[in-house]
Amino acid sequence: MRNETVLILAIVVFSLVIGSKSPEFFTLANLFDILRSSFVQLLFALGVLIVIISGGIDVSFPIVGIFAGYTAVVIMQKFELNGESLLIPIVLAIVIGTLLGGVNAIAIAGFGIPTLIATLGTAGIFRGLMLTLIGSSFISDIPIALDQFSTSDLVKFESATGTLVRLHVLVIPITLITILISLILSRTLFGRSVYALGGGVEPTRRLGISVKGTQTKIYLLAGALSGLAGILYVSLQRKANPYDLAGSELDIIAAVVLGGASIMGGYGTVFGTVLGVLFINLIKNNLVLLGVSSSWQRAAVGALLVIGITLQAIGESRRNKRRRALSESEVESSE
Amino acid sequence: MLATQTAEYSVKDIVKSFGGAKALAGVSMSVSSEEVHCLAGENGSGKSTLIKIMSGVHAPDSGLITLAGKEFAHLSPRQAVNEGVQVIFQDFSLLPNLTVAENIALPTNILKSSKIVGKRETRKIAEEALGYIGVDIDINSPLVETSIASKQLIAIARATNLGVKMLFMDEPTTALTRKEVNKLFEVVDQLRKRGVAIVFVSHKIDEIQEICNTITVLRNGEVVAEGLMSKFKAKEIATAMTGSEIATSRIAPPLGKDSRSLLELEKLTSKNTFDDVSFSISEGEIIGLTGLLGSGRTELAEAIFGKYPVDAGCIKVDGKEVTLNSPEAALASGIGYVPPDRLTQGLFLEQSILRNIVAVGLDRQRSRWGAISKSKLAKIGSSWISELRIKTKNPINPVSSLSGGNQQRVVLAKWLSINPKVMILNGPTVGVDVGSKREILEIIRDRAQAGMAFLLVSDDIPELVQICHKVLVIRHGKISKEFNDKQISESAIYKELN
Ligand SMILES: Nc1ncnc2c1ncn2[C@@H]1O[C@H](COP(=O)(O)OP(=O)(O)OP(=O)(O)O)[C@@H](O)[C@H]1O
Ligand SMILES: [Mg+2]
Repeated sequence: MRNETVLILAIVVFSLVIGSKSPEFFTLANLFDILRSSFVQLLFALGVLIVIISGGIDVSFPIVGIFAGYTAVVIMQKFELNGESLLIPIVLAIVIGTLLGGVNAIAIAGFGIPTLIATLGTAGIFRGLMLTLIGSSFISDIPIALDQFSTSDLVKFESATGTLVRLHVLVIPITLITILISLILSRTLFGRSVYALGGGVEPTRRLGISVKGTQTKIYLLAGALSGLAGILYVSLQRKANPYDLAGSELDIIAAVVLGGASIMGGYGTVFGTVLGVLFINLIKNNLVLLGVSSSWQRAAVGALLVIGITLQAIGESRRNKRRRALSESEVESSE
Repeated sequence: MLATQTAEYSVKDIVKSFGGAKALAGVSMSVSSEEVHCLAGENGSGKSTLIKIMSGVHAPDSGLITLAGKEFAHLSPRQAVNEGVQVIFQDFSLLPNLTVAENIALPTNILKSSKIVGKRETRKIAEEALGYIGVDIDINSPLVETSIASKQLIAIARATNLGVKMLFMDEPTTALTRKEVNKLFEVVDQLRKRGVAIVFVSHKIDEIQEICNTITVLRNGEVVAEGLMSKFKAKEIATAMTGSEIATSRIAPPLGKDSRSLLELEKLTSKNTFDDVSFSISEGEIIGLTGLLGSGRTELAEAIFGKYPVDAGCIKVDGKEVTLNSPEAALASGIGYVPPDRLTQGLFLEQSILRNIVAVGLDRQRSRWGAISKSKLAKIGSSWISELRIKTKNPINPVSSLSGGNQQRVVLAKWLSINPKVMILNGPTVGVDVGSKREILEIIRDRAQAGMAFLLVSDDIPELVQICHKVLVIRHGKISKEFNDKQISESAIYKELN
């Protein structure tokens, strides 16, 4: 069974269980809430997905995100930029994210440092820089446009039971970005080079694909996505807290791995990642309904990560068996 | 797609060392379009290294590379690709996670610098490339799920794309049988006529003589002979490579009359692959098994090693019936198996040569405390390195630093070192140079004289003739002919095969 199929089944089963316990689960309002809480995570996850497919791992993205989001707000205030503009802080954050991604690229493509070590190091550096040079205090009066954006809904009405049903307008751009990343990965030479890299660095290099160039693009793109995710996070939260997002690596990486991306590199799909993010959010937001205390959330996600990796290992050994069966029949038919 | 003028592809005074050891000590070679140039030499003589330098994979320490008039002191893989250089690498260098179609189409897309890669376009390129070399492989299956022979054909299809002007073929026939080799040679001929310059590496002298116009022979990183192929006789090529004459006489050791039977197959059957196969191998006996691809020979060998299902019949080891449903069970009963695809299976490339040799027998080397004595490990490994003449400066080096043929020897050493009662060698000398072939046959003979029973699965008829007590020919899963001692001759076996 494909990874995506397993996830869809898991989502359905989990939903049925929760739905049977709490009737308000199967409401439009709840569905939209889950979507809303997935937007930022999905952006981070797409960046992580690209990195993981290429055979790397990135643990710096949460700090890149909050660095970009927080710094964009600080710059807006310091230089008294037009707070009514939504575009300025978003562009600022994307630029900052891309620059920080560039630092990762220099460490990884330039100096050849293993990706986990490199991003662990840069994560520390970025955090230190932000807290000492940019600021360490909580900002609650974020620019007006960002603040208002948090309540920009595409759909908004009161349901028959009187609850407010809202679907955030972000659903459109996030969907477009998701489709774009999917197309980049599946239909461009860059995207295929990312998969090639995950399949083997040396064979990829021998083909005439620039390994360093591809890696540089990967970490720049991941940085840009993280920057965007960071500023959207600030907007949706209506506050800029430099200490936020720390620790969200676990959720995101778990989502991507559950979505079928191989931690060894070479495999992974955008569709799987979308499902992974939805699944993790479903679990996190609804464990309480099952009577599980919220302090168990991290343990639950951690367990899911382990399960995801175990499933991959099982899948791999099954693939091996299939490989044998196949090569045998192939020999037969070639007669 | 006819090239209008001839182009010259050459290297001059190339020197390349790896950590102090010189792999190439000032090599010059020139190939022009419409030429099939043989690059010959013993294992570790520098053939693959020279190819990697001309294709931009390795940078030379010094020397000059000229590709169709353009000179390079440093060449990147991309520059080489742009000049029309394509390589069929000895280790294939394919991407396991991509589909067959993508593996084949990627070089074309890279060459065209197409930013967008269409799925349909990819499939079309792959289908055409496979059609061109005349093979039928499911292009949608992931590469990991294809057989070793398919992988080699895919590597060939991928390199023989329309952009190729200079084609390096580094042992492209190791996993192929004669039928596919014939087809490949037709393709080589077509490419040559199209104006492609070709460098062909193989340890099979008959192949070289059949397809090549010119030859360069390397020994220890230096050119020791070169010229027109027609000026060289088979013996002379071998002599130039090794620096000495190579014997080809029969060396099957005499069999003791009352030697007991170590392996017996009784009516062994596996649906649709092999049928009613019975034979036995006794102590010290060497039996050859040959047949075309698809004849069931590999499946039969794997069945004896517990890797392929058996539906009926039985296997006896040392007189006792055994159930072999896994390689572990086979190993425990004293059966060893060396697979044909050694470069892609069974080696930990980044681990040391020593470690790889003792990997299988590890449990036997454990001391009472469960620890593995370093010195003991080093002693066992080193004795194998010298016995199989594995060319390395230091046994601690990773296996990846060895030449292809030397990696094959590590696999052999690893299995011989566990000293099983019955040893199945599938392609005992694949990728091994002509000089060392004889040495490996001699090692087999010595082991047989010490009592080990051998089953050699091979395409190399001369080698079977040299060493076997008995040769079985398998056809459509049935033993179609059995040649005993005096009846064994190359011509008789070839006749039975065709
Ligand atoms: N990456 C490497 N690191 C260290 N040594 C290497 C490396 N590649 C090749 N060598 C050494 O260079 C020498 C030449 O190797 P090369 O692979 O060119 O031999 P070859 O002629 O292709 O042999 P074969 O017939 O076995 O394929 C060998 O001694 C090998 O050990
Ligand atoms: Mg070689």
